[in-house]
Amino acid sequence: MSIPLLSALIFLPILGGLSLLAVPRQQTATIRQMALIVSLLEFCLSLPLLLLFDKTTPQMQFVEFRPWIRAMDINYALGIDGISVLFVLLTTLIIVLSVLVSWEAIKDKVQEFYIAMLLLEGAMIGVFCAMDFFLFYIFWEAMLIPMFLIIGVWGGPNRIYATVKFFLYTLVGSLLMLVGIILLYQNGGQTFDIIELSGQPYPLRLQLILFWAFFAAFAVKVPMWTVHTWLPDAHTEAPAAGSVILAAVLIKMGAYGFLRFSLPILPDATQAMMVPMLVLSVIAIVYGAVICLAQTDLKRLVAYSSVSHMGFVTLGLFALNQRGLEGGILQMINHGLVTGALFLAIGMIYERTHTREIAAYGGLATTMPVFAGFFLLFTLAAVGLPGTNGFVGEFLILLGSFERLPWTAVVASSGLILGAWYMLWLYQRIFFNGVNENLHGLAELNLREILTLAPMVLLIFWIGLYPNALLSYLHVSVTHLLDQVHGANLGPAIGSTLGPLF
Amino acid sequence: MTETVAVTWASMTPVLPELLLIGIAVTLIGLDLFAPSQRQLLPWLTVIGCLAALGMVLGTDPVSAFGGMFLTDGYAMVFKTICLLGVIVTALMSEHFRSVAGMRQGEFYSLMVLSLVGMMLMASAGDLMSLYLGLELMALPIYCLVGLHKRDRRTSEAAVKYFLMGSFASALLLFGMSLLYGLTGTTGIEAIGEMIADTQLIDSPVLVAALALLLAGFCFKVAVAPFHLWTPDVYEGAPTIVTAFMSVAAKAAGFAIFGRVLLMGVPQLYDQWGPVLAVLAVLTMAVGNVTALCQTSLKRMLAYSAVAHAGYALLGLLAGTAEGLTATVSYLFIYLFMNLGAFAILMLLASGPDRLGESLDELRGLAGRNPLAAALMLVFMFSLTGIPPTAGFIGKFYLLKAAFTAGYTTTVVLAVLFSAISAYFYLRVVRFMYMNEPADDRVLRLSPGMSAALGVCLLAVIGLGLFPSGLLDWAAAAISG
Repeated sequence: MSIPLLSALIFLPILGGLSLLAVPRQQTATIRQMALIVSLLEFCLSLPLLLLFDKTTPQMQFVEFRPWIRAMDINYALGIDGISVLFVLLTTLIIVLSVLVSWEAIKDKVQEFYIAMLLLEGAMIGVFCAMDFFLFYIFWEAMLIPMFLIIGVWGGPNRIYATVKFFLYTLVGSLLMLVGIILLYQNGGQTFDIIELSGQPYPLRLQLILFWAFFAAFAVKVPMWTVHTWLPDAHTEAPAAGSVILAAVLIKMGAYGFLRFSLPILPDATQAMMVPMLVLSVIAIVYGAVICLAQTDLKRLVAYSSVSHMGFVTLGLFALNQRGLEGGILQMINHGLVTGALFLAIGMIYERTHTREIAAYGGLATTMPVFAGFFLLFTLAAVGLPGTNGFVGEFLILLGSFERLPWTAVVASSGLILGAWYMLWLYQRIFFNGVNENLHGLAELNLREILTLAPMVLLIFWIGLYPNALLSYLHVSVTHLLDQVHGANLGPAIGSTLGPLF
Repeated sequence: MTETVAVTWASMTPVLPELLLIGIAVTLIGLDLFAPSQRQLLPWLTVIGCLAALGMVLGTDPVSAFGGMFLTDGYAMVFKTICLLGVIVTALMSEHFRSVAGMRQGEFYSLMVLSLVGMMLMASAGDLMSLYLGLELMALPIYCLVGLHKRDRRTSEAAVKYFLMGSFASALLLFGMSLLYGLTGTTGIEAIGEMIADTQLIDSPVLVAALALLLAGFCFKVAVAPFHLWTPDVYEGAPTIVTAFMSVAAKAAGFAIFGRVLLMGVPQLYDQWGPVLAVLAVLTMAVGNVTALCQTSLKRMLAYSAVAHAGYALLGLLAGTAEGLTATVSYLFIYLFMNLGAFAILMLLASGPDRLGESLDELRGLAGRNPLAAALMLVFMFSLTGIPPTAGFIGKFYLLKAAFTAGYTTTVVLAVLFSAISAYFYLRVVRFMYMNEPADDRVLRLSPGMSAALGVCLLAVIGLGLFPSGLLDWAAAAISG
């Protein structure tokens, strides 16, 4: 590639964000428009990735390489494979929608808000493209700064507690991973190159230490059960755009970290720790779902449903077979779209009513029928109704985990039932029943809001009806990943016996 | 000294930068006395003089002058650069401070430059005698600087406290040095090292006692726990500009002699001092970071943070390797800019005559009334926490890596955890600035010098964070060369 497309994707939003500094603070309309233009440009710029991507090779593509810190052999190395390309696209799309949903919701410090958001976008793309562990860590940590501000400055009443908790949880995990990175550097031939680091025969003891060091960072981000408690607070207090970005992209990075580092670099430890990981995942699924039933706060409910859904994702990943992995990755995208869409919708209704109490709602279907229609679609996708994207991902995950360890699939499927229970019950409480007195005369969605939600509806059905559109990007990369986990000899056998389902 | 050293004009070449600075110091006080109307020139004269000295330091050939008492090797060069840069940025900042605090100016700049000469002598010391001479030359002007506001009870108390503690530390050092001299019969640092290697001294309990006394003395000087108790009081009591100066330049000079004596003088005793320093480093980080958590004064918080950062810088030293030393030097270089930047913002806030502005509450809503100052403080705070892409992260990473390579795994893990704790109080500053409503709408006034200082600090913190290669290579080449 002669055009450094990935660098352009990383630095366009960063420079675009900084260029907002040139606009006088009072001209909020100009700032909003500029932010929208930058995010749209970024989205258009990411489309060629999808079109030019070669689906037949597991190699990194669009590779860029430049020495950075020679003293420690740290390089500015970028590249994407079939897994990361999807997340880059998801990120650019979600940011456009986040800019749109904040259009009227953010009234204070508008300039800072959009700068933070665009800088965050650059860092997130960097995380998905980095091919050097050190560079990855830089982007991974750099994300914390804008996210800390987005939750803390523009969030709800309890925002400061939530954002500090978010920051400290993530930081402790990340710093432990940093020690792991140094340990890996010492033992992996003094390099940070991800490709070189994977496929080396590390002793099992070392692998286990590294696995738990990385687990500290990734599990907090996912978040897996026991370290999930920052998520409900952060989700609940963040502004709509912050919740959307958190749900759609940020928490995917934990699972992405497992995929990119733990699985290929530490295959023996991954296999040794498979059962504990599966157990943790199943607990997260059931625990998150049960907690959802007791929630009285709209955003908190969706946040706990994320814990449950991310449990499905890790269940799929640690099933360590083709279907589980593909399902897990697909479910990451699905969850990003569906939960992102739910938070977008909740942001829109919150802007009108300024309450997140479920009890304060009722009968919205009468006052806002269009909104009710959108919300119904998202609810059904979250429940995993066949025909929507949620079904495909969860089905693949359950198949994969059943092949690996049948009882996990059995317990996990109870999460589906509970999921239908709490989501439909939520829908009933908000949209049906008698019209709550405070809700008379609420304005229906305007064109900007409909345009924000429409792409989500399209994607939900597109993936639901034709999942191969995304899965085709994954097949080769996932097969390659499984080769690394199980050793190269087993790889083709697994690929041929299971085969792609969709 | 048994040999005779011929002193000619040519033999003075290595000390030319120091001589130049002494000249500047005298000129400063003369200018202050005889041309009081031109006082606004003083900071700029200091800056220009230091820049000239910096140029000379960078251009000096590595030699061993005055019979090995004065070394101008790469090691001395990097530490001199750090001290000079520290004084330059401080002088730029004080151009602002002078106008608001009404300090005696000629004395201030002159004493600062004299103290700088002491630091440069420390960096170059190849002999315990010149080391001690430099140390005292650095310390005496600082005692005066701390008590510069002589009508303010707090600064007087701080000055007396610092003087007593400092003298005590110097006495410990001298005692340790005399024991070393008694054992080896020489005061040359390298000669001591050779002597210990050649003879069977390594088992001598007196040598261990000497080492302990030296360590205690050095730890006093660089504010390492449990010898840090003077630090918060003195840092808080001293005029802010002096605190800023002490916390970077004096600390760097302290580390210069610390490293010189340990790595050149007593490397044979690494098995003794390495683990001790590891324990002290962890203790320092614990004390500094945990105590900083509950401070309500921004200045005192920064004082404890300075203690904690001495602990981080120690991580490189305790590795006892060239890589470790490079890491410490790079960290001190980076710390200089981020810490001075934070102090610069503190000075902007505390411009009032009543010094009320030092409380954390003063930061409330700063982002609303002065977005630029708040954004700068944000960068410095995240850099002090060690979050990429700021330079603070690169420095800390290098230190952790060096200590890890040397085998101090537990120390590194603890350092990382204390670093996470430190995030809480650095973030509190950000929280107050961005997430609270302003108490008043006082507008901060920026002077040219202050703007320049802030610009330099910001550029360094971001620039070194994104492109650290130059600094790391330079430091590594100087240390090993």
